[in-house]
Amino acid sequence: MKREEDEQSSLAWFGKGMRGIFSLPAFILMLSFVGFCSLTAQAGIPVEQVVFMVGMVWALPAKVILVSSIMSGAGLATAFLAVSLSSVRLMPMVAALIPELRGSRTPTWLLLLLSHFVAITAWVFAMEKVPQVPRERRVAFFAGFGITLVAANMLLVAVIYHFVADFPPIVAGCLFFLTPVYFLASIWHSARHPVVYVALLFGLAGGPLFYWLLPEFDILLAGLVGGTLAWLVERLWRRRKEVGA
Amino acid sequence: MTWHDGWWAYVFIAIAGWLATDLWRWLGVLAGNRLRDDSEALNWVRAVATALVAAVIAKLILYPTGVLEQSPLWLRAGAVALGAAAFFLFGRKPAIGIATAIAGLAVGLWWLGF
Repeated sequence: MKREEDEQSSLAWFGKGMRGIFSLPAFILMLSFVGFCSLTAQAGIPVEQVVFMVGMVWALPAKVILVSSIMSGAGLATAFLAVSLSSVRLMPMVAALIPELRGSRTPTWLLLLLSHFVAITAWVFAMEKVPQVPRERRVAFFAGFGITLVAANMLLVAVIYHFVADFPPIVAGCLFFLTPVYFLASIWHSARHPVVYVALLFGLAGGPLFYWLLPEFDILLAGLVGGTLAWLVERLWRRRKEVGA
Repeated sequence: MTWHDGWWAYVFIAIAGWLATDLWRWLGVLAGNRLRDDSEALNWVRAVATALVAAVIAKLILYPTGVLEQSPLWLRAGAVALGAAAFFLFGRKPAIGIATAIAGLAVGLWWLGF
């Protein structure tokens, strides 16, 4: 009886995750995918391949780089390298999410499978919502959200691809701007650890700084250097407070 | 070189797209699985991940693509600053910050004749 209740409850949380599709971040991401449709249509990539790409790669920046590699006629090794370099950031993102996500008995294979659904939007959403979900239901909740988000965008691309029209410039500009502004507001709003605020500020400053110094590795360096500095600063503060208290 | 229609295109996407991204996600799972909930190591990983995402955000604002490429930097930075001010003044609600920043940008773009 108890077991049956548990299973139902997991299903219920999967459903709650699915309902995350009707949220501001999901809506913003879909708008970005409309933009991606027009990019791929201009590049002349057939719609079946674009849908395949959405499902298989999922992270939008990685897909944009993959498409530019294809357009420039790059070989397989070059494209692989370019996409890999841009995707290293997924590793610390997933690593930070896993301890929040896993239950006491979550098997590793399931986490490996679900990690596919991590990209910036799902990460920001999960880091914000998952703490309010009971520990043993978090995997179900994230699976519900992640799978629905990918499936919905595959469907969206399949349908929209043939109808891409250009938005008026002001609308297009505002749509593009929604993404960074939403990420900023959401990360600040959902931060439960003081280190997140410091890291956010250091990352914002580090991005342009390293773009100017070493454009090839800007994001990576801004993350590693900015993040480590932020961690050191916050730790120092914490120690001082502990000593002072 | 023209882009292929056949099976090679799918192999290309699978290797250069799927493998090149999921490889890092899997490494993230293996690394994250060793991190304890309350450890200092997780705090560091959290800081690095947040700074990485923040760097992506900064690049989207400073070096946008498409229509915004032609918009002045002061407008984009001003819109974000306006949104941040509204966010902190009115109870730290994301919707308020986002709406204010977008409204600021829209007015600016319209005023500049976009």
